[in-house]
Amino acid sequence: MQRIGVFVCHCGSNIAATVDVKRVVECARLEPGVVFAEDYQYMCSEAGQMKIADAIKREGLTGVVVCSCSPRMHEATFRKCAEGAGLNPYMLEIANIREQCSWIHKDMETATEKAVVLMRAAVAKVNLNVPLKSGESRVTKRALVIGGGIAGIQTALDIAEAGYEVDIVEKTPSIGGRMAQLDKTFPTLDCSACILTPKMVEAAAHEKIRIFTYSEVEKVTGFVGDFTVDIRKKARSVDIDKCTGCGVCQEKCPSKTAKSEFNRGLSKRSAIYTPFAQAVPNVPVIDREHCIKFKTGKCGVCSKVCPAGAIDYEMRDEIITEKYGAIVAATGFDMISLDKYDEYAYKKSPDVITSLELERIMNAAGPTGGHLERLSDGKPPKNIVFIQCVGSRCADKRGKSYCSKICCMYTAKHAMLIRDKYPDTNVTVFYIDVRTPGKNFDEFYRRAVEEYHVNYIKGQVGKVLPQPDGTLLVQGADIIDGRQVLINADMVVLAAAIEPDPTARKLATMLTASIDTNGFLTEAHPKLRPVESPTAGIFLSGVCQGPKDIPETVSQAGAAAVKVIGLLSKDKLLTNPCTAKADELMCNGCSACANVCPYGAISYEDREVRGIGVREVRRVAVVNGALCQGCGACTVACPSGAMDLFGFSNRQITAEVDAICR
Amino acid sequence: MQELKKRLCELLSDGTVARVLGWRRGETSFDPEPAFFGSAEELSDFVYDGFCGANLSKMMIEAARLEGKTAVCLKPCDTYSYNQLIKEHRVDREKTYIIGVGCRGKLDIDKIRALGIKGILSISGTECDGDGDTLLIKTVYGDKSCKYADAMLSRCHVCRGKEHKIYDEIIGESRDTTDGDRFSEVEKLEAMAPRERFEFFRRELSRCIRCNACRNVCPACSCRKCVFDSNNFDSAQKANVDPFEEKMFHIIRAFHVAGRCTDCGECSRVCPENIPLHLFNRKFIKDINTFYGEYTAGEDAEAKCPLTDFDFGDAEPGDVTSGR
Repeated sequence: MQRIGVFVCHCGSNIAATVDVKRVVECARLEPGVVFAEDYQYMCSEAGQMKIADAIKREGLTGVVVCSCSPRMHEATFRKCAEGAGLNPYMLEIANIREQCSWIHKDMETATEKAVVLMRAAVAKVNLNVPLKSGESRVTKRALVIGGGIAGIQTALDIAEAGYEVDIVEKTPSIGGRMAQLDKTFPTLDCSACILTPKMVEAAAHEKIRIFTYSEVEKVTGFVGDFTVDIRKKARSVDIDKCTGCGVCQEKCPSKTAKSEFNRGLSKRSAIYTPFAQAVPNVPVIDREHCIKFKTGKCGVCSKVCPAGAIDYEMRDEIITEKYGAIVAATGFDMISLDKYDEYAYKKSPDVITSLELERIMNAAGPTGGHLERLSDGKPPKNIVFIQCVGSRCADKRGKSYCSKICCMYTAKHAMLIRDKYPDTNVTVFYIDVRTPGKNFDEFYRRAVEEYHVNYIKGQVGKVLPQPDGTLLVQGADIIDGRQVLINADMVVLAAAIEPDPTARKLATMLTASIDTNGFLTEAHPKLRPVESPTAGIFLSGVCQGPKDIPETVSQAGAAAVKVIGLLSKDKLLTNPCTAKADELMCNGCSACANVCPYGAISYEDREVRGIGVREVRRVAVVNGALCQGCGACTVACPSGAMDLFGFSNRQITAEVDAICR
Repeated sequence: MQELKKRLCELLSDGTVARVLGWRRGETSFDPEPAFFGSAEELSDFVYDGFCGANLSKMMIEAARLEGKTAVCLKPCDTYSYNQLIKEHRVDREKTYIIGVGCRGKLDIDKIRALGIKGILSISGTECDGDGDTLLIKTVYGDKSCKYADAMLSRCHVCRGKEHKIYDEIIGESRDTTDGDRFSEVEKLEAMAPRERFEFFRRELSRCIRCNACRNVCPACSCRKCVFDSNNFDSAQKANVDPFEEKMFHIIRAFHVAGRCTDCGECSRVCPENIPLHLFNRKFIKDINTFYGEYTAGEDAEAKCPLTDFDFGDAEPGDVTSGR
């Protein structure tokens, strides 16, 4: 029989205001196995932990139940405390009476009743707990960063600077990401390329950094400290070692019909191309869909003109397998599709553009050479309307419920730049709210209004109607004046919402990292562990975790790097002892568990099985404890109940359910 | 049947197989039983006719442990079960010689009795190679007759087709006896209000005597030790003293065979209380088809079951609950 101690936390008033903690203590004393129970204001404080440690020693406890917050919050804290007092840490369980009880109930009577039931379930489980011991696993001292935008580059540089090897995998032909597409950056208005390209070069030149561009992560297996990753290097058709980046191939390429991805489709590019002049690596790729040689078999101009003989039409996708100790997701964002926003006439008029398209138009290397002009007739626009929150803070299902965070600032930037360069242009901004928290941000917005006289109208636009004379009739509402506003605009710029890059979802599945309802990768704790995924060894950098601007992205990138460095600096990690094991006597060898195992931890062996009246060679499941992450999928799939999980055994779980249903 | 018997004798005498798994004549003309035959002499009792409904696939688990090869007679629908057992590594294909036997629908003595034919002495017209559509029944009350199709097992009215999915050789011809919609019964259940549906199953299952016939005959219920017999789980012991136990047994059994059940219909065939147990399984099959695309367990020995496989196109849990 166990000797169990129950400790009920008030969590200040978080729990005690809704749950009668004294009654939970009294009820605990009546539970089988419980020899001691008490409550305290803050169990997680030093004094609270001392109470637990003292009771373990004084009462000779063999098991502990702490009724407090979620185990994700403080299970580790309390287990460490128990271990310090000489108890096996896995003999301690948490009953979550805060998040799952006091926070969601208002009535003290029912909340207390539920808290008692949760306590009972935990006590029933501890009665069946057995001491568990962690194993050790080694750490591969190299990190993988997925995504080569500013987030990925900064994370990689910081890790490399600490002396660890790091690889960047980028799916496009060059690193740089969205930031490379930007013209100027708020709130200082320095040129984006001037601050980004040196970092790109630094990353490329760093002896600890390898960059795989035009590559994608294909498969991820393993676990924290020991991931094995398959990387598909897509066929570039250009030998990266031979190419000198002279650019003759791009000049001479006769196929110039493909839309430039870098210029958001506003200009054409050759079939053999580098996305932009400062691309790293400065080695082109052949877009096989548009290349005449690949389509018809005839052409080969690039190969003829290449002085280095770098063109290789036979090149194939190559899959390389690498080992990593940590993985950082830095997959970034894209703008939402505007298919569902017909009212803004984005598809109908070339003069209705997105903010990112305006970024390219304003850029000296962009489709118009940096001249602000209408894409329909090349004339300079005299009246420009900016529409904010297109798909952001959206109440209906067309858009996103969240604020995209960066649009207020970049719209102020665009408005200011246009008024500065073209003072005879009228600029109007329709907004729901202007949100400018951040160092020097509000001052920046006020400059746009006060110094540059940008016309800010609080209200939304209902419709944009292209007129026969080529102008755009903007029908909006001014909700401060309570009137309808009609503006004849020459150009309309839509601040479209940002969303996680579409690859993030697939990647999350490969990494078994969780994502939220909006497709952003979830952090382990929204306040205390913002750059770690709940999956050990997976870290988050940049917009893949949530909307943020460049300064925030760079700080988060650094924070993710620190977490990676902390992990890689360890020689060994303790493994989770809560792994699965098959009972050979009951195993059917049916493979149901192996089929559902997401970690490939289960294999089959022909083993001699001995039991009462049994001695034969059978095909039985064998779990690799180092690969098993204790998810329990196998225990549920096993029809005979042969598969069981240490720390969460079938008996323990049914005992908990029984206690709840008692 | 003579051709089949002759071939089985050959296989035994030329040493191709060590034994034959087939059916032995019973006490009456309508209760043949599965049996192993070790020699040509023993085969004198061999029978194969319309009453040989038993699916022999599951017995091949036992045969896999025996020395030498076993010849097994499988009807088209039985081959699905055999394939599924290969997939689950429970049978040894190398040690099996599959004779795909012809089938034109199997008979149900209860169906005949339900027609008011009592005191049955013998039945003729049950041959598998015959094509007569009438059964002649000698009874203590004189000669009676009925249509072959009217005496067929319910499952044969939603036949899995005349094709053997796996075999070494085929003897005899098969016929697709489908004349009903496989999921019409399930649709009726789906149309019921939850309370009404619960009441339906509660009423049907209240007849269960826990004889375990359904479990013992089911080719998917092939666990070495059933969770309900295991003393490793406190829940199993508790279930035994709970009045809801029979229901729980059948519900859990349905979950355990979901995605693996080939709809062979043996559970309903052997149930002494005539509980339509196949309805549980068929509901699962229909749901799997709806949410993951058409999937037929046992159609081949390789395809992965959607319930133990994952791909990016899979229905999300939310889709499943809201899609019903």
